[in-house]
Amino acid sequence: MSILVFIEQRDGQVRAVSREILGEATRLATALGGPVVGVCPAAVDPGLAALGEAGAERVLLAVHPAFASYDASGYARAVVAAAQALKPAAILLAASAMGRDLAPRVAARLGAGLATDCTALEAAGGRLVAARPVFAGKALQKVVFPRTPALVSLRPKAFAPVVLAGRVATVEALAVDHDPAAPGAKVLRVVAAGTGKVDLTEAEIIVSGGRGMRGPEHFRLLEDLAGALGASVGASRAVVDAGWRPHADQVGQTGKTVSPKLYVAVGISGAIQHLTGMTSSRCIVAINKDPEAPIFKVADFGIVGDLFEVVPALTEAVKRLEAHA
Amino acid sequence: MIQAVCVKQVPDTETRVKVAADGRSFDPAGVTWVLNPYDEYAVEQALRVREQQGGEIVAVSVGGAVVPTALRNVLALGADRAVHLRTDRPAPDPLAVARALASAIRDLGAGLIWFGKQAVDDDQAQVGPMVAELLGLPCATMAASFALEGDRVTVEREVEGGREVVELALPAVITAEKGLNEPRYASLRGIMAAKKKTIEERPADLGEPNLEVVALELPPPRAAGRIVGEGAGAVAELLRALREDAKVI
Repeated sequence: MSILVFIEQRDGQVRAVSREILGEATRLATALGGPVVGVCPAAVDPGLAALGEAGAERVLLAVHPAFASYDASGYARAVVAAAQALKPAAILLAASAMGRDLAPRVAARLGAGLATDCTALEAAGGRLVAARPVFAGKALQKVVFPRTPALVSLRPKAFAPVVLAGRVATVEALAVDHDPAAPGAKVLRVVAAGTGKVDLTEAEIIVSGGRGMRGPEHFRLLEDLAGALGASVGASRAVVDAGWRPHADQVGQTGKTVSPKLYVAVGISGAIQHLTGMTSSRCIVAINKDPEAPIFKVADFGIVGDLFEVVPALTEAVKRLEAHA
Repeated sequence: MIQAVCVKQVPDTETRVKVAADGRSFDPAGVTWVLNPYDEYAVEQALRVREQQGGEIVAVSVGGAVVPTALRNVLALGADRAVHLRTDRPAPDPLAVARALASAIRDLGAGLIWFGKQAVDDDQAQVGPMVAELLGLPCATMAASFALEGDRVTVEREVEGGREVVELALPAVITAEKGLNEPRYASLRGIMAAKKKTIEERPADLGEPNLEVVALELPPPRAAGRIVGEGAGAVAELLRALREDAKVI
């Protein structure tokens, strides 16, 4: 039995998260057996042969001009066609904006169970066990699948890619009819959020601000620190509800769950709904004037003090560090 | 236009999760149940569409004894009637729920079918697009804006590093993201009126389970860290610790 991986491309580029999924598929293949096969709907081949190094033995390419941008119905047909041809043990996708939209459609078409946003997979006795955070990370649920294929979406940044130097994937054409009468949701355009902005779920470093920032104008301080660190800026629910920052920036239970290598919480007290969204970060720094703030209970390193003095000093120190590096 | 709004009753976001004695389910003892926060945006948008176009809003939910409270809430906000698809299966999997909803909604003739983008308990984010697939309808997930003109819907949905603008033809399924609108509160008049509205109860047609939960675990607590110092003078020690101890910058 094979493992089928949905390869996500946007604007003719394979997205980095697909290499993370291929990496995990490669590790699973040693336990579950079978080759790792990709499936990619696209208008032109986005350089799929190179995914051999990331773990794909073969990639099925479904080419159609309509596949240039995301089309739920057409993309689902491509994945289902690949699944019917291969009869895989598991189908893996990224829990990205695209994968979160696509995976349930594929599951409903195949009548397969789907576990979304998983953070760990294991093969126990030839059976796939998927671990997924629930309640925004307050608990971890483990699920198994009564039938194959098992459908799983994997959280970005939770799995490491592999590098199999020199390996080249075989690219094969996959015939998929494009049905213009299919009930589609058509992507008209994609509006960029801003130059070089990395989405919070994919950021290596996040600097987040809470009510302690006192007003939207002071987020400039965090933008400066984020610029020096190469970080993205996040926010607490209080700040988003007050209209200081857009909802896309919210970290926590009704916002995003993030796992960066470094999370800097500035002026955030640490309400439970916020903590659940960021406690899986590798390293947490808290800057807060209240030494009793709950955020210090989860922080690896804390500074007690006035953020309006600490943050600019930190920004300057990071810049000096960069200048010497 | 007839609109269906599919909702779920979930534990409040301040809930501390406890694992039940079976080691794989959530212990509901002492929990405050609320309408799923994302569903509030779905309900609100349906109400706004009805204010413009008239028609009827039908609230639908799958589950056990906690469901009527959720439905009564949606009726108080202004939905016209409700359908409770009753099951005693604890936490049925998303595809089973989608099948039950699809078979109940199929004959409504709804132009818009609304969901929250996900329930904040199991965080699966599956049921909305699954219902769309089972009914052969277009779907926009995580809608952060909504505009209806004739039988065309335009929504914006957040994607990595930007926003996608998506167009759909009615009938369609939309799942609501936070920020889609500013949900209203139920008025006293609405709460009183809701008491006279009907909640029709039918058995949920769930079919076979598609997922089996084998364990529910609490994450290991994070080891307490240390305060590296006070004020701007602590910055140097913080940077040293981040570089040399944690090795993250």
